[in-house]
Amino acid sequence: MNRFIGFLKKEFYHIFRDKRSMLILFGMPIVQILLFGYVISTDLKDVKMAVLDHSKDEYSAEIINKITSSGYFNLTDNLKSLEEADAIFRKGDVKLILVFEPDFGKNLIKNTTANIQILTDATDPNMANLEVNYLQGILQNYNVEINRGKKVPFAIQPKTRMYFNSNLESVFMFIPGIMATILMLVSAMMTSISIAREKEMGTMEILLVSPLNPLQIILGKVTPYLALSFINALVIVGMGYFIFGVPILGSFTLLMAETILFIFLALSLGIFISTISKNQEVAMMLSMFALMLPTIILSGFIFPIRNMPLPLQIFSHIIPPKWFIIILKNIMLKGVGIEYVWKETLILIVMTIGFIGLSLKKFKTRLE
Amino acid sequence: MNSKQKVIRVKNMYKKFGEFTANDDLSFEVEAGEIFGFLGANGAGKTTAIKILCGLSYPTSGEISVAGFDVYNERESVKRNIGYMSQKFSLYEDLTVFENIRFYGGIYGLSKSEINSKADNLLKKLDLEHARDKRISALPLGWKQKLAFSVAIFHDPKIVFLDEPTGGVDPVTRRQFWDLIYDAARSGITVFVTTHYMDEAEYCDRVSIMVDGKIEALDTPEKLKKQFNAADMDQVFLSLARKATNIE
Repeated sequence: MNRFIGFLKKEFYHIFRDKRSMLILFGMPIVQILLFGYVISTDLKDVKMAVLDHSKDEYSAEIINKITSSGYFNLTDNLKSLEEADAIFRKGDVKLILVFEPDFGKNLIKNTTANIQILTDATDPNMANLEVNYLQGILQNYNVEINRGKKVPFAIQPKTRMYFNSNLESVFMFIPGIMATILMLVSAMMTSISIAREKEMGTMEILLVSPLNPLQIILGKVTPYLALSFINALVIVGMGYFIFGVPILGSFTLLMAETILFIFLALSLGIFISTISKNQEVAMMLSMFALMLPTIILSGFIFPIRNMPLPLQIFSHIIPPKWFIIILKNIMLKGVGIEYVWKETLILIVMTIGFIGLSLKKFKTRLE
Repeated sequence: MNSKQKVIRVKNMYKKFGEFTANDDLSFEVEAGEIFGFLGANGAGKTTAIKILCGLSYPTSGEISVAGFDVYNERESVKRNIGYMSQKFSLYEDLTVFENIRFYGGIYGLSKSEINSKADNLLKKLDLEHARDKRISALPLGWKQKLAFSVAIFHDPKIVFLDEPTGGVDPVTRRQFWDLIYDAARSGITVFVTTHYMDEAEYCDRVSIMVDGKIEALDTPEKLKKQFNAADMDQVFLSLARKATNIE
């Protein structure tokens, strides 16, 4: 164990003393998120909204008042029925409809819970998310206000429905894409380069001659990147959540478990690349062309897969980040559990095992 | 240490890569405390043999024991008892002198206090105390090489394998390096060294010369010179190497 810790220490020295590594590790994710986030999102101001008030009581009136006086929303229409929603969204001006259930105020007093529905035009999903978050914030504040001094607290329950783009599939859903890209970069590319460096410098031979067994060497090489990738993932999800309001509707634990699975996959890819490359340059080029470009272009991160020509659509199946992005979107944006993403998870597991197997085989033939 | 003790025994060792036979029926023994020169042109099969002896690769057939352990079944024990240095010097450029020592000491399972006290002695001996916390990249080549050798024997192995350790180093530094090798041999470490430089072959107790995967000559430098009627080892080597067919 002491040996292993010594090994880890050395690995961290390598990383922390290399300016380029540090830049990739900590500069890239933050810059990417800020770029993607701010280039496409603007401040919320005077968003046009409509209200469908089935209840028309003092509570609903007060809520509408709060919202319109916030400065973020402008009430432009009062609807009479839900049928009008579609038409008014299609016109394009109104981005948001607030629906109060019948007897909203009564329900609140009698049952202590009442429902509000928020309908949004999600053709620009990032804006839609932002609007919903602001609106929920206002509702929550109001909720806290009316509960002051109450024994049994009232609960206003907002339910959100995205129109036109209920899956929130869009180029703008950048957080999952950035996650996949950064994890690929840190786990696969940096690992493959760092192992290839040991080969190039001749230190790998020394390690193999030492009593350390190959498994310990590999674990020692990848563990720091596993840790750093995980920290990166937390930073990305955190920035997405706190700065851009990208929700995490599903289980956070499941999200992190899937993230770790993807990190393992990327690490095994990195190990595999290092076994087939002689030096750092080759490892870098291979990672760039075989990993980074497909991750950015073919994974559905920037270009929607269903808009691609059929051959590329088929090809995208073998791109691991594609499956990871689907999983992330499902957990973060749809809030589903493992029962909806088990197929994608299984694909990632199989790919991981496959690459580890290939690397082991490659390693063994070199020994023979 | 008993000078008759054989620390390396190789009997009928073969290594084949498909059709190509890299090591063709090698048999030799190396005694404890000996400086054994392992000579041969590029492509003669030296590196293949040294890799097998270090446990980096398996032989196709043959009986081989290193430091008293079988290379097939007792690789871990073999590895614990040998040191290895290649011409790449194998130190981490971005780590300091002491960090390198600590790392290599650590992977051989030396305790912290052992590492500290041995490192102090080593740095004093090499006159490198002032460079303890300098990065390797800041050291001149000669120092790197001496340090790499000292690190390779830091865990007091029975045998140290040196694969062309003096490649690309000036003659004065090479001479100093051989002083270190003598020191190590005197303290009982067996030295197994490959080299291109025939003047270095003269420094060895015994040398073997490989041609086309076979050992064509094995004796003390004096006897070899007599046998081939040569003035120096260079001539011995040339008269043997002329027969070679697969020089790279």
